[in-house]
Amino acid sequence: MENIIIEVKELNTYFDESHILKDVYLDIPRNAVTSLIGPSGCGKSTFLRTLNRMNDVIPTFKKEGTTLLDGKEIYDHDVDVVDLRKRVGMVFQKPNPFPKSIFENVAYGLRVHGNNDKKDLERRVEASLKEAALWDEVKDKLDDSAMGLSGGQQQRLCIARTMAVEPEVILMDEPCSALDPISTTKIEDLIHKLKNEFTIIIVTHNMQQATRVSKYTAFFLHGEIVEKGLTDKIFIEPEDKRTEDYITGRFG
Amino acid sequence: MISMPRIISPHHAQKIMNVVLWGVGFLAIVILIIIIGYILYNGLPQFSLEFIFGNPVGSGESGGIWPMIVSTFYVTFIALIVATPLGVLAAIWLAEYAGESNLVKAIRFAAETLASIPSIVFGLFGLTFFVVFLQMGFSVLSGGLTLALMAIPTILRTAEVSIEAVPQSYKEGSLALGASKWQTIYRVVIPAAIPGITTGIILGMARAIEETAAILYTVGAALAIPMSIWDPARPLPLHLYILATEGVSLPNAYGTAAVLVLIILIITISTNYLVEKYTKKMMGR
Repeated sequence: MENIIIEVKELNTYFDESHILKDVYLDIPRNAVTSLIGPSGCGKSTFLRTLNRMNDVIPTFKKEGTTLLDGKEIYDHDVDVVDLRKRVGMVFQKPNPFPKSIFENVAYGLRVHGNNDKKDLERRVEASLKEAALWDEVKDKLDDSAMGLSGGQQQRLCIARTMAVEPEVILMDEPCSALDPISTTKIEDLIHKLKNEFTIIIVTHNMQQATRVSKYTAFFLHGEIVEKGLTDKIFIEPEDKRTEDYITGRFG
Repeated sequence: MISMPRIISPHHAQKIMNVVLWGVGFLAIVILIIIIGYILYNGLPQFSLEFIFGNPVGSGESGGIWPMIVSTFYVTFIALIVATPLGVLAAIWLAEYAGESNLVKAIRFAAETLASIPSIVFGLFGLTFFVVFLQMGFSVLSGGLTLALMAIPTILRTAEVSIEAVPQSYKEGSLALGASKWQTIYRVVIPAAIPGITTGIILGMARAIEETAAILYTVGAALAIPMSIWDPARPLPLHLYILATEGVSLPNAYGTAAVLVLIILIITISTNYLVEKYTKKMMGR
């Protein structure tokens, strides 16, 4: 048995009356990449946003069931959302750098957590940008606005920004869907580089991407997990007919 | 569907509308240039070191308007240091915290109504409340506070709109990094809304600096430089009003108007320049 970092049991979520996730069970192994696949509206993003409690901002959101991070329920009253989001970072579908300098974007998370030591910030910003394979492209213009970067660079900046606060888990919500193929390759290379240090959960609509980057895959359909397990297994010999239909492109 | 015979072809309609729209835009500029030009044409000849930096002689038929310039800045400054924090904080509350209750709708409606109340009514309120009831007398403080009341709704509405225009994705990015709601607001939302908030403050300031009716009953009409907030004063618009209506000196009225127009132009143009520079830096061109 692998080392499990996130354990989800009997998870049900609702927005108002609509039942989004239905009895979801999923274990996320530590320091590996897990893909969430499935047609639009099947609940993948809701699942992802449940894990860092981003759904909390929506007043009609309701959640039942167990969501353990390292054995601790993340929806318990004594859990500080700030600490949770420090441990579980998120990269969004559309690159969303802040309208600030490149340096300040990466330093942001550190600053909000109380780090104002200039030398330390400089060191960590450089390390994160290097880790995100962006340093060489931006090292001479750290004070320029991040909004002037290309879409692919912006997305790598957002990954660097997330890594700077040293999370254990990084959630990626279709991180390449707004990017061109070359930028997508760069992000995928980056995921390969990071997979031994971080637990990565990635939502993707791109089947090839799932096979390229992830060791594990879970297939969502209508708010339920139809099939989950090793990516190789799911893509080569799926057990469920619906999985086979989806990955061969017969619907979705 | 029955097709109607065309009276005019789309091609011609386009051409006509181009002319009309350009014409209207051009007209707006022409009117502005004529007004400003006319005032400067009549006012600039009055300009001299003595006129700008001297004290008025008599009730202003000769001499300078330095006390009025000082009064204007003094009263406007009081109005802004009161109205800016109140307006901006209320805007943050409305945009980020208040939600959509009936109380909030009532507050928005009140702010909109307040913005359209005639300034003379603010003046009367200032007279009864600040001057008489709070015993502040005819003073810079009474006038400044009355102007603040007028500027608050302008600042509030403009700031609220620009805070609401900040993309949700910025906020999500900040929250996902573990920032609290307030950290998100003051580190991401407000900096992104600064150009709009600044515009609101300038609009509020313009409303305060050119206002006559609201200060008519509150600030007094003293000809001396006010030395404290408790002294009466005579801001430029009020001086202009008195010079013109009491027939003291029409040339000096034009001179005063020219100074007022130039002050407003300088403030508006320099703020626009700074806002543009800030936006460029923030958005990377």
